[in-house]
Amino acid sequence: MNMQTTNNVLVDVQDLKVQFLLHEGTVHALEGVSFQIQQGKTLGVIGESGSGKSVTAQAIMGIIPSPPGKVVGGRVLLNLPEEGASVRVINVTELPPSGAEIRSIRGKEISMIFQEPMTSFSPVHTLGNQIMEAVQLHYPDVSKKEARERAIEMMRRVGIPRAEERIDAYPYQFSGGMRQRAMIAMSLVCNPRMVIADEPTTALDVTIEAQILELLKDLQKEFGMAIMYISHDLTVVGGVADEVMVMYLGLVMEHAATDELFDNPLHPYTEALWRSIPTIDGDIERLTPIRGVLPSPFAVHQGCPFYSRCEKRIEGVCDQSRPPMIEARPQHWVRCFLYTE
Amino acid sequence: MSTQISERSKSSVTGSAPFLDEAEDRSLGSLDERLEAADERFYYANPWQLILWRFRRHRLAMLSLVLLVLLYLGAIFAEFVSPYSATWRAQGLQMMPPTSIHIFHEGSLHRPFVYGLEKTLDQETFKYVFTEDASAPYPILFFTQGEEYKMWGLWPMRIHLFGTGEGAPPIMLFGSDELGRDIFSRTIYGSRISLSIGLFGVLISFLLGVMIGGVSGYFGGTTDEVIQRLIDVLISIPLIPFWMALSAALPRTWDATQTFFAITLILAAVGWTGLARVVRGKLLALREEDYALAAQVAGASKSRIIFRHLMPGFTSHLIVSITLAIPVAILGETALSFLGLGIQPPAVSWGVLLKDAQDLVAVAQQPWRLIPALFVIGTVLLFNFVGDGLRDAADPYSA
Amino acid sequence: MLVYIIRRLLMLIPILLLVSFIAFFVIELPPGDWVTTYVSQLRTSGIQMSDQEAQRLTALYGFDQPTYVRYFKWISGIVTRGDFGWSFQWGKPVGEVIAERLPITLAISLMALVFSWLVAIPIGIYSATHQYSLIDYLATFIGFIGLATPGFLLAMILAWGANQFLGFSALGLYSKEFLDAPWSFAKAMNMLQHMILPLVIIGMASAGSTIRVLRGNLLDELKKQYVVTARAKGMSETRLLLKYPVRLALNPVFSTIGWLLPAIFAGEVLISIVLSVPSIGPLLLRSTLAQDMYLTGSIVLILSALTIFGSLISDIYLAWADPRIRYGGLSK
Repeated sequence: MNMQTTNNVLVDVQDLKVQFLLHEGTVHALEGVSFQIQQGKTLGVIGESGSGKSVTAQAIMGIIPSPPGKVVGGRVLLNLPEEGASVRVINVTELPPSGAEIRSIRGKEISMIFQEPMTSFSPVHTLGNQIMEAVQLHYPDVSKKEARERAIEMMRRVGIPRAEERIDAYPYQFSGGMRQRAMIAMSLVCNPRMVIADEPTTALDVTIEAQILELLKDLQKEFGMAIMYISHDLTVVGGVADEVMVMYLGLVMEHAATDELFDNPLHPYTEALWRSIPTIDGDIERLTPIRGVLPSPFAVHQGCPFYSRCEKRIEGVCDQSRPPMIEARPQHWVRCFLYTE
Repeated sequence: MSTQISERSKSSVTGSAPFLDEAEDRSLGSLDERLEAADERFYYANPWQLILWRFRRHRLAMLSLVLLVLLYLGAIFAEFVSPYSATWRAQGLQMMPPTSIHIFHEGSLHRPFVYGLEKTLDQETFKYVFTEDASAPYPILFFTQGEEYKMWGLWPMRIHLFGTGEGAPPIMLFGSDELGRDIFSRTIYGSRISLSIGLFGVLISFLLGVMIGGVSGYFGGTTDEVIQRLIDVLISIPLIPFWMALSAALPRTWDATQTFFAITLILAAVGWTGLARVVRGKLLALREEDYALAAQVAGASKSRIIFRHLMPGFTSHLIVSITLAIPVAILGETALSFLGLGIQPPAVSWGVLLKDAQDLVAVAQQPWRLIPALFVIGTVLLFNFVGDGLRDAADPYSA
Repeated sequence: MLVYIIRRLLMLIPILLLVSFIAFFVIELPPGDWVTTYVSQLRTSGIQMSDQEAQRLTALYGFDQPTYVRYFKWISGIVTRGDFGWSFQWGKPVGEVIAERLPITLAISLMALVFSWLVAIPIGIYSATHQYSLIDYLATFIGFIGLATPGFLLAMILAWGANQFLGFSALGLYSKEFLDAPWSFAKAMNMLQHMILPLVIIGMASAGSTIRVLRGNLLDELKKQYVVTARAKGMSETRLLLKYPVRLALNPVFSTIGWLLPAIFAGEVLISIVLSVPSIGPLLLRSTLAQDMYLTGSIVLILSALTIFGSLISDIYLAWADPRIRYGGLSK
């Protein structure tokens, strides 16, 4: 699927399939996921737990826990512009997961912000140590002093007061919001082309969440990196993303520019998600939760994975074969039989 | 209580997409129905069922548990299981190697039987040599009449699990010692003291531990501080020297039963500290859980919160701690008796049997004298396997 | 940090007092006292002692005084003059008797501790990072066997094996020919040879538990989010492993030294008895049997005190290694 046919594509994920082989059975975490991320743009990824959004992020970084995880199909292509006009194309899924080449990309070209600011830092090393480490890993020639200055500068940039003192503090001495700022500083310290933010504000208070989102937007303006923003919260994604991708049980269900998706949600799942969140200007009516429960992760779906919970399902059609991804409106893709001819 | 917490957290995986369980969902496809039924069985099982399910998956732990039960049955019915008493002596068959069991007599298949033994003195090495007299087979009889005994010291009986019958050569599966006593029978009798001392010792430790740990965790503050320092002190005293000093205090004139209980108490004197720590630690941690606060808000009394809400949360951990404390007590008894400070002959325990085997020169010639050691090692291993299996099973809500 | 150490040192005082109290209480438990035991021993060997003589001895050693007075005398002797009392059995001050043998116990115990770490730390790290591999199973198995086999039994069997197959008598601290020989290189080597067996046996027992603790901790640490963070930074696996999870998993290993030391001392005592190493072990066994009470009590006290100091050192290490404890940010 091609979102836009420009040559600004940074990440090109093609038909990615990932499985987790557990004692209890095989989890089909990704069942053929395709999308692209443009340079300097923000892709929002929406989905419940188990929809495969975090696994997708891990696959791009090449850090799927293995065993039990395994990429069984598809490619993750990174187009890294080099000096001049040439572009280095790397297929992440083919690289040995702890080899030198992928490590030179992790943290430098693509970095990641994690959900739990509490546990994402080692408790027994100073924050400065852990931020400087990112610089020193990728720029071995940089002196310790320079790395420290770079770290302080970055910490100051993300809004940590008294950065030159706080750099020697330990994570437990920081509040959750400050720790997440430090995490952002660490992810940006090597000036990467893309940052993957995996639910970066889920563990934070709503006011802090707003500050962090604002900060991310500012930083993107300043540094021009692409962002892949993963969340289960529609409103958050709507605020930061240029385009949004809705995932359900390892499949992309709908993909469109943010405004288009919010104005014209096509997939019954997206509609259901919409109805389950409160709006300020909406009618005063009861919120409608999505009926049924998330199917067992071990279940194998012959048809549409949302079939069991879908209110518009067509018996004999939706449960027989998997719906294809189609462009139902211009630049608006959806995986549903309702829109097939 | 905790089951429901788990169920809620499983179903409300995302904050913005809650679910409604409507009756019409029951009419869904058959696959989903089956999955839901399985899920429900899982979500609504009580914690003990979950522990049982998970424990059963541990084959090693299950097997160990079965073997332990067999060992304890052997100890309970020692008089019946062992062919001879612990003090019975085979005339002229001192230091005899384990009896071989045959099934072929003169080339033809036969029910399991033994041959008689002849002891001769090797004129060159001046050692006794046992040779089998292959002329007549003596079949091994089950539920046979043998030496009279009093079951549990109460009922006179003559029936034994197995034996060779009267007038036949004796069957000594583990050989005999320098007095001609059957080491198999002595091992079975010895298990009575060795296995029960672990159990009783830990039972006393458990009562002390739960009480003191409970008090410590319940009252907190100064009481807690004092008890914790006391425990710090007790665990810093090296066990063996402490036990040695304590058991040296036992009058040599005490009989076997008195010594048994005294040794049990000595083993428990330090053993309770570990359990007290578990109880206190868990109480303090669980006290902070939301559901404890919820119970408090709902007006539950303090004791009700502890016993109805908190205790069930760590009973499984207690059982694990107990399982792992028993082998420590068993090893303690063995060590003390080995040093001559524990159980005194003529009472038999595994430690006493090992003390008999202390002479390395004798062991070199009669390696079967170390068979009781295998029982000690085996029992400790079995308890550890069961404990490990339980520990893995005890946290039913972990992944 | 200094404040922390001073506070911990001050906290030692009541703990040590309590230990001394327990040690004294234990040696007071046996009915009768050394004089009555001594008199009855003389009687059985046919020597009569007059009542006056017995009373004189009783008064001399203070057995006619109440327990608390004797405890006070004993403890004040230790605190003010380093006088641990009189060993009736040896006819010497307790301090002297212990001083002859304590260094051997300490040397064996500390070397066993270091040996156990040298064995356990690499195996534990390997086991955790190669979970369910052959070596992991092997290490687990050996750990279980080490846990389940009484040390004295292992000592017996190994001593017999060394004698049988290597023709080496592992008993004692030196071979016969060196017993009265002056110190020389050969004697030192001979002593080292004799120390190998107790070292390995005591060390293996604690190595077994250390491997289990380290493996468990490291498996937990490896699942933590900060490992993924570091991996996402582009760190190499080995460097990552050593800098983060191993460092955190080792802290509990070193901090449980307070629990390990009693086991090591206990093992040393027991195994020295079996292998007749002239350390504290055989001394304690004989003194308990002979009701040489001050000697027994002092040995229990000294071993416990050493353990307490050991755990103090490990606590200080922990405070140094974990900033959350150092700054009192995390209450115990």
